[in-house]
Amino acid sequence: MSILVDQNTRLIVQGITGREGSFHTLQSMAYGTAVVAGVTPGKGGSTHEGIPVFNSMWEACRETGGNASVIFVPPKVGADAIMEAVDAKVELVVCITEGIPTLDMIKVRHFMSSHNSRLVGPNCPGVISPGKCKIGIMPGSIHQAGSVGVISRSGTLTYEAVQQLSSRGIGQSTCIGIGGDPIIGTSFVDLLKLFNKDQDTSAVVLIGEIGGTAEEEAAYFVEASMNKPVIGFIAGQTAPPGRRMGHAGAIISGGEGTAEQKIRIMQKHGLHVAGSPADIGETVALTLAS
Amino acid sequence: MKIHEYQAKFLLSQHGVSVPRGRVAETKEQVFEIASELGGSVVIKAQIHAGGRGKGGGIQLSRSPEEAMEIANSMLGMNLITHQTGPEGQIVKRVLVEEGLPIEQEFYLSIVIDRNSAQVVVIASKEGGVEIEKLAQERPELILKEYIEPSLGFCPFQARKLAFALGLPTELVDQATRFFTSLYKAFESTDASLIEINPLLLNDDNQFYALDAKVTFDDNALYRHPEIKKLRDTDEEEPLEIEASKYKLNYIKLDGNVGCMVNGAGLAMATMDIIKLTGGSPANFLDVGGGATAEQVKNAFSIILADSNVKAVLINIFGGIMRCDIVAKGVVEAAKSMRLQIPIVIRLEGTNVEQGKQILKSSGMSLTVGNGMKDAAEKVVRLASEQ
Repeated sequence: MSILVDQNTRLIVQGITGREGSFHTLQSMAYGTAVVAGVTPGKGGSTHEGIPVFNSMWEACRETGGNASVIFVPPKVGADAIMEAVDAKVELVVCITEGIPTLDMIKVRHFMSSHNSRLVGPNCPGVISPGKCKIGIMPGSIHQAGSVGVISRSGTLTYEAVQQLSSRGIGQSTCIGIGGDPIIGTSFVDLLKLFNKDQDTSAVVLIGEIGGTAEEEAAYFVEASMNKPVIGFIAGQTAPPGRRMGHAGAIISGGEGTAEQKIRIMQKHGLHVAGSPADIGETVALTLAS
Repeated sequence: MKIHEYQAKFLLSQHGVSVPRGRVAETKEQVFEIASELGGSVVIKAQIHAGGRGKGGGIQLSRSPEEAMEIANSMLGMNLITHQTGPEGQIVKRVLVEEGLPIEQEFYLSIVIDRNSAQVVVIASKEGGVEIEKLAQERPELILKEYIEPSLGFCPFQARKLAFALGLPTELVDQATRFFTSLYKAFESTDASLIEINPLLLNDDNQFYALDAKVTFDDNALYRHPEIKKLRDTDEEEPLEIEASKYKLNYIKLDGNVGCMVNGAGLAMATMDIIKLTGGSPANFLDVGGGATAEQVKNAFSIILADSNVKAVLINIFGGIMRCDIVAKGVVEAAKSMRLQIPIVIRLEGTNVEQGKQILKSSGMSLTVGNGMKDAAEKVVRLASEQ
């Protein structure tokens, strides 16, 4: 099994006719994802790469029964695209777009509190259940089906961790990049809960970074409720305070969000922490063996 | 994006927030003129982005225009060192000259974004002028917080609640709530990510003033505030970082000797970490982005190598969207055209990695290939120390 996406996922691509949307639609289809529709306002009625294009999410859902969407639109219209998908009642919205203003995301989160969809991202690589479904921009080839869940705030660092797992023959149930922004749709804790209930996930890798307190919240949850081992890593041990390290969310401010504190709390609350980014795969292997 | 105190105060006053009378000056003559205009005692405040100015001599009181000019003479052009500037300090190019106000009471007031609740929060305390992080640890009960409902905004009852909880007498509550509300409007309408008024001053005439003002904006929202974008002061930024931003490269200068070129922010941080863990010291953070081309690789090299501390460079690319053969071509082209003199260690992984490695091998260049992050870090740290 897996969480969030599987062979029953029917994907709609918002911004399918753009350069990024177009490229990654083909990549997802090549991986075996069922892409059922695309949405670009004003281009409804046409087809793109053989996929029917609609003017609105509402229409696309009604006509194709899509149950998930992925967003590749410019940041100015990112928040609106998320809310359009939520309004159309798709179960899962994955927003790849980077650079959505924080106050826009506050409105999105508020809108979502009265709806039932789940948002992953924004500013994230997406979600993949290896061998079943790939939504997003991660390279499918490095993944291998198996029983370790992976959750991360980063993109390429997640690929690094996945590669370390696959090269040791450790497959993944589902890998999710939750996004590098301060305000995101799905937290580490949300996903730990889902993995905890997923029968085919035996352990979870959590890759955090400096900034905010998401890793600390996750650590408290692990100790209180998690019945599977969790392996952690924090990037940014050498980051200077007050500087935004690429991701809008990766900033140490007011003494909060340091790697040192996150690692200490993770260790204290029962996570197996890899000290070096090169040791993530090895730490998982050792944890699974014990 | 950060702005100066004088810019923040001007912006806030446009939104109805009361600030002390005053103006910014770049010469001691201007300081004399402003101090004469204001009359009485004035405060002269160095305009740099870093905090902690007072302790470093960047905030001084003067009783006459002559004294103000004397202070300005020593302050303008001085290298101000505070706990936030780092040991290299920051040159003072402007000072803010303000009327001195008699202090009755000082409060703390700020507006920030709370990540967990995804809400804006207004924070206040009757302990003004102190470091809020320290207060939060030592006396958390003195910190008041009001979470803003996104569909409603800052409600009058919330402003009143704060004013009464601060212990203000009834006759001052209206005035305080007007101040809080104006500040919230300023936050919302400028897409700020932080506004901090510390201290918020109550003078002996029962008037509130923002005695200091720190405002930071959400970089992602600057596109809709061209007037705020103009407030950027590049003197406050590392020249190489300004240069890098022109190429859309995400670069932060650090003080080590191992240059780093990485795709993705998380992997870039992890690469810096592993260099440190291996006994080396990273010279920079650099994220070349997801779809970097040969041209981008070249730009990245020119930025990294402009830092004369750099003794060796580690390129760590995990090709997802970015294909390794393209990266390899870019590195070889850049290395050839720039006649690179210092050792380069390159670690490639992901899409088309074999073709990428082949291109590096057959280039005839002396590039060291790293197998995995650990091996690459060990090699680059050794090469840097041998230089």
